[in-house]
Amino acid sequence: MAATLRRFFDSDLWWSFTRSPITMLSAVVALICILGALFAPWLAPHNPFDLASLNLLDAFKPPSWTAEGEAQYLLGTDDQGRDVLSAIMYGARVSLLVGLSATLFATTLGVTLGLLAGYLGGKLDALLMRICDIQLTFPSILVALLIDGVVRAALPREVHDQIALFVVIFAIGISEWPKFARTVRGSTMVERNKEYVQAARVIGVAPPRIMLSHVLPNVMGPVLVIATLNLGLAILSEATLSFLGVGVPATQPSLGTLIRIGNDFLFSGEWWITIFPGVTLIAMVLSVNLLGDWLRDALNPKLR
Amino acid sequence: MAETPMLELRDAARYFDVSRPALQRLIANEGKRILRAVDGISLAVPKGTTLSLVGESGCGKSTVARLAVGLYRPSAGQVMFDGRDLAEARAASDQRRRMQMIFQDPYASLNPRWRVRDIVAEPIRAFGLLPNRGAEEARVAELLTQVGLSPLDGYKFPHEFSGGQRQRISIARALSSNPEFLVCDEPTSALDVSVQAQILNLMKELQSRMGLTYLFISHNLAVVRQVSDRIGVMYLGRIAELAPAESLFRHPRHPYTRALMEAIPDLDMTGRARIPVGGEVPSPITPPSGCAFHPRCPMAGPRCKAERPELKPAGDAMVACHAVEEGRDAA
Amino acid sequence: MSGQNPLLEVRHLRVEFPTRRGTLVALDDVSFTISAGEVLGVVGESGAGKSMTGAAIIGLLEPPGRIAGGEIRLDGKRIDNLRYEDMRRIRGKDIGAIFQDPLTTLNPLYTVGRQLAETMTTHLPITPAEARKRAIGWLDLVGIPAAAQRIDSYPHEFSGGMRQRVVIALALCAEPRLIVADEPTTALDVSIQAQIIALLKSLAREKGTAMMLVTHDMGVIAETADRVAVMYAGRIAEIGPVRNVVKQASHPYTVGLMGSIPPLDRRVERLAQIDGAMPRLSAIPQGCAYNPRCPKAFARCSQDRPDLLPAGATQAACWLYAAGEGAHHG
Repeated sequence: MAATLRRFFDSDLWWSFTRSPITMLSAVVALICILGALFAPWLAPHNPFDLASLNLLDAFKPPSWTAEGEAQYLLGTDDQGRDVLSAIMYGARVSLLVGLSATLFATTLGVTLGLLAGYLGGKLDALLMRICDIQLTFPSILVALLIDGVVRAALPREVHDQIALFVVIFAIGISEWPKFARTVRGSTMVERNKEYVQAARVIGVAPPRIMLSHVLPNVMGPVLVIATLNLGLAILSEATLSFLGVGVPATQPSLGTLIRIGNDFLFSGEWWITIFPGVTLIAMVLSVNLLGDWLRDALNPKLR
Repeated sequence: MAETPMLELRDAARYFDVSRPALQRLIANEGKRILRAVDGISLAVPKGTTLSLVGESGCGKSTVARLAVGLYRPSAGQVMFDGRDLAEARAASDQRRRMQMIFQDPYASLNPRWRVRDIVAEPIRAFGLLPNRGAEEARVAELLTQVGLSPLDGYKFPHEFSGGQRQRISIARALSSNPEFLVCDEPTSALDVSVQAQILNLMKELQSRMGLTYLFISHNLAVVRQVSDRIGVMYLGRIAELAPAESLFRHPRHPYTRALMEAIPDLDMTGRARIPVGGEVPSPITPPSGCAFHPRCPMAGPRCKAERPELKPAGDAMVACHAVEEGRDAA
Repeated sequence: MSGQNPLLEVRHLRVEFPTRRGTLVALDDVSFTISAGEVLGVVGESGAGKSMTGAAIIGLLEPPGRIAGGEIRLDGKRIDNLRYEDMRRIRGKDIGAIFQDPLTTLNPLYTVGRQLAETMTTHLPITPAEARKRAIGWLDLVGIPAAAQRIDSYPHEFSGGMRQRVVIALALCAEPRLIVADEPTTALDVSIQAQIIALLKSLAREKGTAMMLVTHDMGVIAETADRVAVMYAGRIAEIGPVRNVVKQASHPYTVGLMGSIPPLDRRVERLAQIDGAMPRLSAIPQGCAYNPRCPKAFARCSQDRPDLLPAGATQAACWLYAAGEGAHHG
């Protein structure tokens, strides 16, 4: 363990990380968001979902640094008296959960299909790539919307409400898998012809084993970069869907939901209800994207 | 009573379809394009000896290497391993264990993400040769020492080694299953000359100690002279001449063999006048009719253009040349 | 040939690569000259610095590599410290370059004729019509059959050997006085190699062009070069007339190198091998870089670095040839 840590801190990756102030700042911001979201139940000053603790008299309180604000509601309250800061922390939790799960799903599906297409070639490859081509002609948000809409229409309302979170994750995941599949397919086709794969074939190692233990470790590099960049996109997609009202259920509001709720009050003067969730969303997505940019450049052997 | 050869090719051929996509062919009114990489080769490698295949790019020697080890199935003819059809033999793991391959590119033949000890142990694990990790580690250490590396090198990754050292690791991997037959595809072509000397010496030593049979592919005649018992000269997918090593060098018979010998730069600077052979190697997709060498051959006659020559005995060699057969080659 | 003012003079050339782990010295105090019409072979194994030397002369060192010391003079004028623009002009006009891979040297989008003509009109005061006429002449000279028709062909329409001939024509058409050729025949088949070597030799003789031929293939050097420099770990180990270096090498490394080349004319039981490997740039031994592998090393070898000392008909960077030493340790 110690040796691995030492090797990591000695590596070119860490060195390029410490050289870039923007990347380090992004990492800090992302970390704050993630930790804040993760430990929301313990860190949040209030629990916005505990109906008993809500006080309607506290509704529409502006942020604490303004004249009418109160210290206990740092960023103000919304129309139901919920503390905006706490709501953001819980909301970020949902956003991150959906974003991470969807990205994980897209990565797993995309990498698997990409490996199969690249290694086995032939008709399977042609079929999968045509599906990718067709899907890529649609904007991914439209694909997510489509799937979500179809499921929503197909299932009775109560059932849908229960599994709404999974539907959103599935929809966003499906909309993103082609990116991974194409990249992995290209890399797999290159690796397949290399002599170390041929050496394994000479011994008689079975194709699934070759794909998993030989090819996969060598094609994962770009996948990591795409996944990081995709995380931001997934979070945004979820926010968009929730903003449109077709994302996560109302019982588990995400940042997108909060933005939607607050949007109604934007022009009547209670700007903080929508702006703060918006800023948080931007900070999260931006920091994750910048980290992804750095990772791509750091892992690119040609730029080193 | 002759022993069964370790490897035998009987009129083996391998074709590749390199036609353009169907739609484009339709538009251009083109037929299919077949690359005849190996176009009817017959040879036998006796056990315990080294047969080398030598030739320039496009002659098909690398394809023969892959046919010999089962990476390609023959499009025609037969490939026999120790008397049995190769594909059949390879279905059994205890037969697969007996053959191994060493590749040309030391940088692509080792998985960059695996540690050396896993690379070398892969055949052991794949064939289930040893019962436990301890025995495996001991065997890997033994193999690394045998090829001139240290057992501690097992913990490193390939990129920490030089080209020559990587080839040694490849050799260690090939030996780990206790093979009897080794196909070596240009194992030293990517190495510096002093490193090449080390690897060639190592391979010769291993062969004499372990009684290995080698099929050695190379484009370098000088290297081939040092390691071979018999040599096959290939041109455009066919064998031009097949002879015992010393015989090939002392009396090359086929005009292409002679041309090759002439073309090699003269380190001894004897100042001999050399006439490099003109023209270039034709494309294997559209080989010349009859004898593939006839457009460049100083002894070509009308029969050479029309009829493809077969390997016929000439002295202690086998030569595929009408001129030789007709006695037209005044040595 | 000797006694003329040399066309190219390289003196104490030092090339460094700053890395985050310290500065690596790729070329360390390299000095040699090339006279007009002469072919100097630069031979060595990978990592010896021979390509680096060629790149430094042409001015195409890949950053962060840079010339950190010494000077390069072409016809008396320094060229190692020129601005990019000035070097670019010299590169086309006075120094021609031939690289290993003809596919990447030629622009696949332009016809061969256009590339030749463009090079000529850039560097010579001739009209495009004249340039095209000369281009056909050059293609003819390098042995491309039906030059007048092939002049409008694209690079991919030629075979490997033909492409390399085009590259040679391209390098020579601006009539440079020096050609730097880096492994010009390595990617070619043996029979084509022979043709290209013969072509290079005859053209150099005819036009009086000096040539620096960088290669790892000693056979090509023996056929083509007048003098040869053997490089090891960024330094010149031995330099001298090709006949002497090949047949009676003085430096133990050259001796080892020549011994490990498999002979074509006989079979040996065991090739003479040099144990170990060339040191990495980050771990060059003190004193003579070759001393850990040298069968004749003695105390001084690991302490002081030898300069090129006269050793018979050649010069060798080896303490065996210091005055008085030879008798003890030879």
